[in-house]
Amino acid sequence: MRPEAADALRVSGLSHAFGTRRVLQDVAFSVRPGDFTVLLGLNGAGKTTLFALITRLYSARTGAIAVFGHDVERAPRAALARMGVVFQQPTLDLDLTVEQNLFYHASLHGLSRRTASPAVEAELERVGLLERRHDRVRALSGGQRRRVELARALVHQPSLLLLDEPTAGLDTESRQFLLQHVRALCRTRAVGVLWATHLIDEAGEEARVIVLQQGRVLADDTQAALSAPFGSLSGAFDSLTARHAA
Amino acid sequence: MNAGAYWQCLSGIIRREGLRWVHQRGRFVSALVRPLVWLVIFAAGFHFVLGVSISPPYRTYIPYEVYIAPGLAGMIQLFNGMQSSLSMVYDREMGSMRTLMVSPFPRWFLLMGKLLAGVAVSIVQVYIFLAIAWFWNIRPPLTGYVAVLPALVLSGLMLGALGLVLSSFIRQLENFAGVMNFVIFPMFFTSAALYPLWRVQQASLSIYWASEINPFTHAVELIRFALYDAFNPVSALVVCAYLALFLGAAVVGYDPGRGFLARRGGGAE
Repeated sequence: MRPEAADALRVSGLSHAFGTRRVLQDVAFSVRPGDFTVLLGLNGAGKTTLFALITRLYSARTGAIAVFGHDVERAPRAALARMGVVFQQPTLDLDLTVEQNLFYHASLHGLSRRTASPAVEAELERVGLLERRHDRVRALSGGQRRRVELARALVHQPSLLLLDEPTAGLDTESRQFLLQHVRALCRTRAVGVLWATHLIDEAGEEARVIVLQQGRVLADDTQAALSAPFGSLSGAFDSLTARHAA
Repeated sequence: MNAGAYWQCLSGIIRREGLRWVHQRGRFVSALVRPLVWLVIFAAGFHFVLGVSISPPYRTYIPYEVYIAPGLAGMIQLFNGMQSSLSMVYDREMGSMRTLMVSPFPRWFLLMGKLLAGVAVSIVQVYIFLAIAWFWNIRPPLTGYVAVLPALVLSGLMLGALGLVLSSFIRQLENFAGVMNFVIFPMFFTSAALYPLWRVQQASLSIYWASEINPFTHAVELIRFALYDAFNPVSALVVCAYLALFLGAAVVGYDPGRGFLARRGGGAE
């Protein structure tokens, strides 16, 4: 096994531009299985572009992205098969039921209804929405829809989970639920997680934190190590971004 | 990924399209009402104005409503193809296109799946229309109902592929009104759907040639001939050629390295 194959996600030397506007510059980091990694950055830092490149919505021009050793450009099928994604925008079909949305996702991973059924049930049970499985998504609240999206991303049992601002617009209770659920996935199923956010308090003590500012990685360390010199993660973030701006 | 996995993926995409069609009753009803309005009102009004002389595939004089029925079947597919394209733009704006695009299956396969799903829906709509039209005395031979199926598949694929190409170029949902004005109406009116081309030729040679190169003309003629147990090889060839052209353009349009997402950033930060 190549050394990098052990990483759930490895990004190296990644740069990207739209026309003349450079969005990412020499970004490099890795996420190991079981890691809860928070990608912290203000709006416009390049988080969504990074996610689009990792999920191959468009191609990386410079640098490399590998999922469990599978290069996203050269072996997209193997890479995408091990990846679960919760996008920033809601992506559920509002007119379909909760269950229909999950089965549709399962089919996009080549799983039959019969094969996917136990996983659909289990994931809905975990997010507390099993009894709503026959309801149309339109009838659910914002927080419940987010939980359905999380359950959907896990139906094909991915080993790497990407979440782009998953708590945007949610109340405190729903935010806490999502955070706890995803952290538990890291502990119990060794899922590698990359959680993009601009909310500093979402990085708990056990998290690894990557600070992204104007397309560059300013810091990559444990939450505790980053916070120590500044008293808090918030202080560290302010200091790092101010130094970069200067 | 084995063949079974590909089949699960394809059937999942078609099932979703079918469910959306059933759930969106307005879309279902309007898809049916539009051609029926043309058949019942427009064709009745022109019944005595336009006479259609004997021309293949018809073996006798036919009333005007019989002439335009295949064109209206084509119209259902034309609107459906554009509707699929609209739903792709909608999916992209709403984000659900991303769910499709992060599937591990090859992108060309996913696009073909979307295309086939739209075609399947359009064929069901055409058969419902033909069943209702039967009560208006539009009664092609029974074997024609079977023979028209491959023609509908081919024309549906071609018009759906055109919709895919358009959806890869349309940036926002609002721009879709332009598609109505610049694609659907010109294609429909400069085709053989409403009047035979020999009549157009008498009126204006330039419009005649525009009709001849119009892919929709050949889709309609393919359907018309098949519905009356005949085969129009020229139209079949032209439809196949346009299908290949549009499919190629759609695959390029959705290519992650070259297509719209790469050029425009796909709404990223």
